[in-house]
Amino acid sequence: MGEPSPDGRFGSFGGCFVPETLVPACQELEAAFREAWADAEFRAELNRLLADYAGRPSPLTACVRLSEELGVRVLLKREDLNHTGSHKINNVIGQSLLARRMGKTRLVAETGAGQHGVATATAASLFGMECTVYMGEVDVARQELNVYRMRLLGAEVKPVASGSRTLKDAINETLRDWVASVESTHYCLGSVMGPHPYPWMVRELHRVIGEEARRQCAELTGGIPDVVAACVGGGSNAAGIFSGFADTPAELVGVEPAGGAAVGKGSPGVLHGSRSYLLQDEFGQVTEAESISAGLDYPGVGPEHSHLAETGRARYENVTDAEVLEAFEMLSRTEGIIPALEPAHALAWVSRERESLAGRTVLVNLSGRGDKDTELVMSLTAGR
Amino acid sequence: MKLQTPGRLEAALGACVAGGRKCLVPYITAGLPDWGRAVEAAADAGADAVEIGIPFSDPVMDGPVIAEAGERALRAGATPPGVLAEAARLDVDVPLVAMTYYNLAHHMGLERFASETVNAGICGAIMADLPLEELDPWAEAASQVGLATVLLAAPTGSEQRLRAICERSEGFVYAVGVLGVTGERDRLAASALEIAGRLKALTSKPVLTGVGISSPSSAAGAASVSDGVVVGSAMVRRLLEGQGPDGVARLVEELRAALDSL
Ligand SMILES: Cc1ncc(COP(=O)(O)O)c(C=O)c1O
Repeated sequence: MGEPSPDGRFGSFGGCFVPETLVPACQELEAAFREAWADAEFRAELNRLLADYAGRPSPLTACVRLSEELGVRVLLKREDLNHTGSHKINNVIGQSLLARRMGKTRLVAETGAGQHGVATATAASLFGMECTVYMGEVDVARQELNVYRMRLLGAEVKPVASGSRTLKDAINETLRDWVASVESTHYCLGSVMGPHPYPWMVRELHRVIGEEARRQCAELTGGIPDVVAACVGGGSNAAGIFSGFADTPAELVGVEPAGGAAVGKGSPGVLHGSRSYLLQDEFGQVTEAESISAGLDYPGVGPEHSHLAETGRARYENVTDAEVLEAFEMLSRTEGIIPALEPAHALAWVSRERESLAGRTVLVNLSGRGDKDTELVMSLTAGR
Repeated sequence: MKLQTPGRLEAALGACVAGGRKCLVPYITAGLPDWGRAVEAAADAGADAVEIGIPFSDPVMDGPVIAEAGERALRAGATPPGVLAEAARLDVDVPLVAMTYYNLAHHMGLERFASETVNAGICGAIMADLPLEELDPWAEAASQVGLATVLLAAPTGSEQRLRAICERSEGFVYAVGVLGVTGERDRLAASALEIAGRLKALTSKPVLTGVGISSPSSAAGAASVSDGVVVGSAMVRRLLEGQGPDGVARLVEELRAALDSL
């Protein structure tokens, strides 16, 4: 997984489809990222923060009881153990450092599950920057805990009442804010989507997941896993872990929610800055995703995933909300790890495919922990 | 297949400018109740061209009023083919310009979208999320049927960028008057005068200021530097409030009077 073309394309996907006002900002961001990424001092500071502040490297856990139950050897990359509870912090620390280097004093971000919002609020607090997070009203209601955390961290949380009132609309609102505030503000985008250079930059900032995992797998098993699986909303945790294995024979599997399967059920379209697979109606109006998991409740997907799907290097499967709830409980019960609903999608796929995966080694990116979801799951499973 | 006369939009607006008349271009969201009559009323009340917004589900360049109008229109069943079919039946003799977002054209197919737009009697198109870097495939499809592609120029653009936009924009150059999305503003932003001045120094094409122009006084202020104004949210708000085509006509008359007094 290398650099996109100069016009920000992975194959025919990607690009920079934004209002004219934002084009210079995207170009500046690309130049600044290129320069910083080649600067040993920047990299050293980022690595220091990832270690001392975020707690990297995250461990690799070999599941014993789950592996026995499924008949599949399951390894977990423990992004749930990062500070703030998910992989999102890798990207956010990188982007915030970059924003500071560019002289920006304010961060804006969208959030679905609230994990990216919490990570951004955290970095803003760490670096003494202002922070505004947009979140759909539906998500504000179902991820109450994270709303409180963001406010506690000093961020302003703005509920979004338009459209489907979920992640897609939060992104619209964040883009509108950025159109008006671009001179002082950095848009800290939370996944491998949006206009160039975001899909590439965010993947590079999550590459650390794949690099660590490859080394850890080699130490533990002496080789590489047969399959690498990760959930896909925009696709940042998947892109991060895939990037460590794309040049190996490992199968790469992205798992989408059945109600938001952009690759599985969509067609190419242009939304939020890039051309990629998209759920849309016969006229090109974007349709609403519907998933139990706020972090995957998005009708699009990052452009590099569309490219990986088209070239066949990765494949994309989808699982239902019911399968996800089962997997959520299964990991909690067998391993003492309560996963977030997002990575429970990847586990649900492994569980469903246990027969075809029998005896093989599957590395799953456990992108986040489940505290934020326990209340929701409790209410959904009450009286069962 | 119909062809538009290439240059019709620029000729019409250029004639205004040459005659010492400031251009007034109201924007109406298609698909709202009575939108077609609102377009006709705007033309009758003194508009020099009318922009027709074809609603898109995710209008990131639009503020609350136009975004809300788009949502209402979509809920009422507005579709691109439906809007274009109604536009074809409008009785107006000023040029019509479609404003929308790229995915609707991308999805229908660029050539088909361009030719259906022209078949509806529309002579220009504005794609709010299609900057220079991504323009080529669309510009080619549009030029084949004589459809003018109007480009936005923003306060954040470098000199070099504004020059490239002026070169490629057809019909007129759309000067984005504020750092921000569409919506009414209390006062005319200093950036509106600045961007118009920068563009006027670079091109002989008509330069129209839009975004954040809502009152007769802000229109007159903006047009003191540029060749005219585009007024969107203030028009659309009147439709959302139920003032109908008459409300639109009254605002057009007030704006016309302010521009004519310059
Ligand atoms: C724990 C966790 N995993 C995954 C995601 C989905 O994002 P992505 O597909 O970019 O990894 C989220 C988003 O909120 C999340 O919180």
